[in-house]
This record gives sequence, C-alpha cells and structure tokens, in this order.
Amino acid sequence: MRDLSLHLLDLTQNSVSAGASLVEIMLTLEENGWLTMVIRDNGKGMSPELLARVTSPFATTRTTRKVGLGIPMMMENAEKTGGGLTIRSTEGKGTELTVTLDTGNIDCLPLGDLPGTLLSLILMHPDRPDFHFHGASPQGECDVDTREIRQAAGGLPLNEPAIAAWLQEAVYEEINPIFGGANL
Amino acid sequence: MKSLAELEAIRQKTLENIAMRKEVHDSARVVVGMATCGIAAGARPVMLAFVEEINKRKLDHVTVSQTGCVGMCRLEPMVDVYLPGQEKVTYVKLTPDMVPRIVAEHIVNGRPVLEYTIGAAEEKK
Repeated sequence: MRDLSLHLLDLTQNSVSAGASLVEIMLTLEENGWLTMVIRDNGKGMSPELLARVTSPFATTRTTRKVGLGIPMMMENAEKTGGGLTIRSTEGKGTELTVTLDTGNIDCLPLGDLPGTLLSLILMHPDRPDFHFHGASPQGECDVDTREIRQAAGGLPLNEPAIAAWLQEAVYEEINPIFGGANL
Repeated sequence: MKSLAELEAIRQKTLENIAMRKEVHDSARVVVGMATCGIAAGARPVMLAFVEEINKRKLDHVTVSQTGCVGMCRLEPMVDVYLPGQEKVTYVKLTPDMVPRIVAEHIVNGRPVLEYTIGAAEEKK
C-alpha cells in the first residue's frame, strides 16, 4: 500500500464484509505527531480462534478471503514507525481495530487521499452500511455521517449522480482543512 | 459539513431523473476490483475517475460498483464493463487517464477499447 488512506479503505472493507450496518472511523492526529486510527463496526465479529490468527498473512480463510494480507501489511507499516495494531472482537457484536503510528518517523507512510477513501467507501456501498467518520487534528475537527446525509437525501441511494457530485465536494471540503496540507 | 439543505434540493431533482430514466435506458455496469490487491495497485483513483466521467457525461443509466479479488492480482486494477446485449469486457492494469477513453468509446459508443483489455494484455506476453 502506498499510503495510509489506502490501508484504511482496505481494512474498512472487512467491516463491510462482516455485515455491519454501521462502521465508525476515527482518526486522531496529536500535536506530537502520533496518529490513532480506529475502525469500529457492529458486524458479526470474530471467534477467539480467528482473532488469534488474523494478523498472520498465511492463516487466511481462503474461500471467503475475509482477511488476507490487509491486516498484516497494516500491522507491519504501523510497527515500522514504533506503533502497532490491535484488534478487539466479540462474536455477534462487532470488531474494533486500532492502529497507532508515529507520523514523525521516517518510515511512516504518508496519509494520502483521506477524502478519496471515504468517498469510495460511500459510493461503493450506497445503501448499506452507514459510515461515520470523525477526524481530529491540531487544525480542528471534522465529521461525516452518512446517516445524516441519507436522511437529507430522502433515502435515495448515495451513488445517484447528483448526490455523488454533492458528496465529492462535501467530503473534500470537510476533511481537507483538518488533514490536508499537514506535513503527512 | 457542507449544507445538507442543498442536498435536499438535489433530492427532488434526482427523484424526477429517476422517474424519467426508468423508461428510457437499459442499465450498464462498471465493476471495479477493490480487494487488497486492487487497492494496492491503484483501484481507488480508477474507480473515482469512472464516477467522475460518468457524472460529467450525465450517463444516468450507468452504475459503478465493486467486487473482490478474482485471483489475477498481477493484472489489477481490473474493471469489468457490462453493456446490455453485449458480452462482458474485462480491462486490466488501468490508470485514471485511460478511463475517459473507455467511457467515450465503449460505454457511450459501444466499441470496446481492445488495447486495454485482458486479451491484449495476455497476447503481449
């Protein structure tokens, strides 16, 4: 993966595959350069056995391709900076994945196109699940919640051309002042 | 957040569009491979380029959706285009700058861009 936003896109797909109706994504960039990325879903969760194996690239359940290389690659990229990746999961309740990275470390990937990731997620899953993105950095806070957007759009699919065009502007306008331009 | 009121205005217009298009078009589909391999190879900008080009040309009958890994990771980013009455066409190793041509020549005019297809990529070997 070339940047963290692509990792985020990839890992969030796991939540979608887990049948979540709501996926919350929280990004916090501290003054000292540490970045915390949390992906929390209310999907089907993982058994303790699966949970113990998911960070291994070679222990994937091949028929479903539910985990694959996404998690181990993110883990490696986090650990390279002195950070790490942890997963908590309860079967039937959901999963929470937390990644910490030191963006000041020379091995840290750039943040990349964060709004592009969120936009892709929404446009590729126009009906379900809902995504709630919350970001915070020294520049301020930003928030995108598809539950609000869906209500304003009167329940229409969010990939309708006119709505997609609105979304594109809205998502970039909301997120870029907070995470764009930072030396990430 | 950008004004949600603005979105409510868009909604009315969209509803009218949907009612109109149901009678006119058969639908076409663009399916982008968005598994780990596809994303790592650059599927996200390709997908967004399709969405943008399709919106720009107001091709209301075309939907863009995603699929997982089909096992040919070395050819990602891959995109399947389904037009009504035509066989599926698979494009491989796409970049965003290849997208406008596929939309114009294939989706609008019905002529696949052969040099970008999986067939052409496999012949080159």
